[in-house]
Amino acid sequence: MGLDFTVIPQYLDIILWGALWTILITLGAAAVSFIGGMILAVIALYAPKLVRLPFRAFAFLFMGTPLLLQLFLIYFGLVQVGIDVPAVMAGIIGLGLHFAVYNSELFQTGILAVDKGQIEAARTLGLGRMQALRKVVVPQAIRDVIPPVGNNMIALLKDSALVSVIGVSELTLSAQRAIGSTYRPFEFYVLVAVIYYIINLFMEAAQRRVERRVQASR
Amino acid sequence: MNDQGDHMTDQKPFVDIQHAQKSYGALEVLKDINLQVQKGQIVAIIGPSGSGKSTLLRAINDLDPLTGGEIWLEDKQINKNLPHRQYEKHINLVRQEIGMVFQHFNLFPHLTVRGNVTLAPKMLKGLSDADANKLAEEQLDKVGMLERIDYYPSQLSGGQKQRVAIARALAMNPKVMLFDEATSALDPELVEEVNLVMKKLAEEHMTMIIVTHEMSFAESVCDRVLFMDQGVVVEEGPPEVMFRNPKNDRTKEFLRKHLAGQHR
Repeated sequence: MGLDFTVIPQYLDIILWGALWTILITLGAAAVSFIGGMILAVIALYAPKLVRLPFRAFAFLFMGTPLLLQLFLIYFGLVQVGIDVPAVMAGIIGLGLHFAVYNSELFQTGILAVDKGQIEAARTLGLGRMQALRKVVVPQAIRDVIPPVGNNMIALLKDSALVSVIGVSELTLSAQRAIGSTYRPFEFYVLVAVIYYIINLFMEAAQRRVERRVQASR
Repeated sequence: MNDQGDHMTDQKPFVDIQHAQKSYGALEVLKDINLQVQKGQIVAIIGPSGSGKSTLLRAINDLDPLTGGEIWLEDKQINKNLPHRQYEKHINLVRQEIGMVFQHFNLFPHLTVRGNVTLAPKMLKGLSDADANKLAEEQLDKVGMLERIDYYPSQLSGGQKQRVAIARALAMNPKVMLFDEATSALDPELVEEVNLVMKKLAEEHMTMIIVTHEMSFAESVCDRVLFMDQGVVVEEGPPEVMFRNPKNDRTKEFLRKHLAGQHR
């Protein structure tokens, strides 16, 4: 049985919708992972022990267990305790929190690497501790960890394929549906691989743009 | 020693440091220091490294809190004994009235010159963008850095950075300015431009406490010079006496070594 790529156009709309969902979930989860990661980092570094410890346990849980399991738990498990999370939301929250934990590690390193004189200068002007963190330390920390956080975001895009198992018709599940009616796995898997790769190229380009923009402020 | 200072004028001191003491464990870095600075006075603190002069300066705005003694600015005690939260509020307000300039400038690299100068006035005094900009332009003009208002710190020379740092401190309209070896990290040819700005402030009668290694500068602008060594004020007096005719042997020794090494 030879390859036949002519079956693709007929299913292209399904695939492109899938690509759109993948992009939406990735962007949503990236936002969660970014903001959540920063909050976790600040808690890990500055919160009192009583607050810090439960968050550390949380981080350990998300780092030490499979993402797939976490998605199952959020989507199928939480219903049992009365929390019904729509599949797309479950995907965004699961992916987002998982990568928030990884981003938090990077942000912590970034915050600690900011020169102590920066906080001193901000405090001598009269800024409070949190004001100094928000306006002086965190922006510099973010600037310095853009490349590794960007890598995490690319890993996030690839792991978004896991959301297919809780029934979100993103790119991978769309491909499987097309394959289900055409029995042409090779053609469709190659197609979505190319689409993932293209999305990836856009993400890298965006990252480079951000890096260039902050170059002057070094 | 301190009585002398009090007799010079009837005025209540503007900055009043009483029995300042600081120790790290068993190591005592400040031993019963007393210093009174009148409004508009300019005091230089000189001494070898490790003498405690920077620690004393940093204690004034509580960057390095004292372990004993009191510091007053006008009628307000700076290092008050308050519960943590209240103390934070109190010290943030006090610090707005005390400008500080660091050896390594500590400009915010992610902000432009304008951003550096307007950050605190906007956040703490609620200035509008327009008002903050006007203020920044005034202060930067004063230090000769107005043309560089949209540059980032990384695009400036050391002397230019320090002038911006001075403008940033002045933008909060402080009552007193502290200079912690403001020119020590500068290439020799850049020292003068910063000294000129400080002289200008002196002419405007800004109250200043200056920790410095620049003896000729200290001599030309200061009203009083303190020589510190091993955590105590060894000798103090007007610059013409301190630099031309010091009485204490340790002061003489320090100045001899220092001037021999300087060749300027």
